[in-house]
Amino acid sequence: MTQDSFQERIWNPPAAVPPGTGGTVAGGRVTVAPAAKIRVRDLNFHYGRFHALKDISIDIPEKRVTAFIGPSGCGKSTLLRTFNRMFEIYPEQRADGEILVDGENILDSRQDIARIRARIGMVFQKPTPFPMSIYDNIAFGIRLYERLPKPEMDARVEQCLRQAALWDEVKGKLHQSGTSLSGGQQQRLCIARAVAIKPEIILLDEPCSALDPISTARVEELLKELVRDYTVVIVTHNMQQAARASDYTAFMYMGELVEFGDTATIFTRPSKQQTEDYITGRFG
Amino acid sequence: MIPLRSRRRAINAFNLTMAVLTTVFGVFWLVWILWTTLSHGIGALHLSLFTQDTPPPGGEGGGLRNAFVGSLILLALAVAIGTPIGVLAGTWLAEFAARRRLGSVIRFLNDILLSAPSIVIGLFTYAIVVDPGGHFSAFAGGVALALILIPVVVRTTDEMLRLVPGALREAAIALGTPYWKLVMRITWKAAASGILTGVLLGIARISGETAPLLFTALNNQFWSTDLARPIANLPVVIFQFAMSPYDNWQKMAWAGAFEAMAFILLLSVFSRLLLRRGIHRS
Repeated sequence: MTQDSFQERIWNPPAAVPPGTGGTVAGGRVTVAPAAKIRVRDLNFHYGRFHALKDISIDIPEKRVTAFIGPSGCGKSTLLRTFNRMFEIYPEQRADGEILVDGENILDSRQDIARIRARIGMVFQKPTPFPMSIYDNIAFGIRLYERLPKPEMDARVEQCLRQAALWDEVKGKLHQSGTSLSGGQQQRLCIARAVAIKPEIILLDEPCSALDPISTARVEELLKELVRDYTVVIVTHNMQQAARASDYTAFMYMGELVEFGDTATIFTRPSKQQTEDYITGRFG
Repeated sequence: MIPLRSRRRAINAFNLTMAVLTTVFGVFWLVWILWTTLSHGIGALHLSLFTQDTPPPGGEGGGLRNAFVGSLILLALAVAIGTPIGVLAGTWLAEFAARRRLGSVIRFLNDILLSAPSIVIGLFTYAIVVDPGGHFSAFAGGVALALILIPVVVRTTDEMLRLVPGALREAAIALGTPYWKLVMRITWKAAASGILTGVLLGIARISGETAPLLFTALNNQFWSTDLARPIANLPVVIFQFAMSPYDNWQKMAWAGAFEAMAFILLLSVFSRLLLRRGIHRS
């Protein structure tokens, strides 16, 4: 397979330029340079003595889908999990450096961890419905932060399920267990749960790796909807998915950020040989 | 290829036969025990067993009502004392001390307690409850049984909570859930049927305990529900009646033994069903 045909197959133009945001001409195509929502500066991460992330600096653009790609063990999930300080529940894991969300360093121990996690939602590799009803799966997170009267709560739950394109499938059985749904439905339930607490950023850690192609397509469509309101960061093993569903792509290898740019450029004219080797399937 | 296949089949047939035989061997004893207690106690198995109290030595008729009720009171006491302590301790081990040295030390000590001879528990309870209080009591019996129940509940709670996938915890934490709420609303719920099964199996375990009750609840020939007084209970009544020279008492001991077996069997079957339903659901 030649490189050209590969690129044609995966090529998918990025989202249209919103008026008034300005833009730069990159490779003959107009792309925008939106403000950075997350700025990572000199981030180093250790699992015990293993140095998993090395001097990572990256700007994640606001209201865009940013994909992290790279071979297994390259640190892409690790990087994602620093954004909501998930690593903190494991005593042997440590992050140094700065992660600025809207200018505030979330790694600063004085930051309120619950507030950070309320602003930054996360969806995991395997669907993780809570052992409660579909309704309560959504309401659980909302109740952590807000006390809503029943009609308002019902409306919020419906709105979140609609946003996650799940409402039509579950509206008749809201009080059944969330674990009774299929894998793809469970994953969309988890996305609905993440958006329910009105975060600004949604992190997705290989959200489709346990799903069949149809469910995957639905989740990818959903990403395109979500990105209108949220900053989305997705870790994926699947390069086609990154090419299809993301605006920006970061390629990581051995704990280092090799290359970061808009998805079109990364997949058509990568500037580093390593990136090209990876996306053309020569390794990884 | 054919010789290989027939050899494999022969090995399979042999192993299958052995497995069936050992199963039959195990079930055989259970059925035999049930049959023996039933055939010896059949003479005393009638409704009066549940409506009349234990007869005096050499007396005719009578039942085991006071012993059944006493045993239920003791079990209820043990569960009321032992379950909260056991569940909380198991939760601490699984959720808060899983990676700490202190946690593994306590887990080890709990395993020792799990296999402590029940007579030692009885003597211990005698020393800390009966002796200072001056007399045997139902309460002391409940404490002794609770001490046997606790390590069972600690162990199952710990194990069941550790079976809850880490991803579920992370998902809740990612929403900003405080840890205590995560434990109470999510991991307990996910492990509920397993923990309940542990409690039920623990009850099955303590319902036949005799030695610790000899030192604590003792026995009572009469109807009593007073927690401060000695109380009749099935295991000690069986012990006393079976050793007696009176035919009526002996029959009644067999009937009581059959009832105790049936109770434990039902409890075990019920807890299995509960566990299976829980696994099926998650």
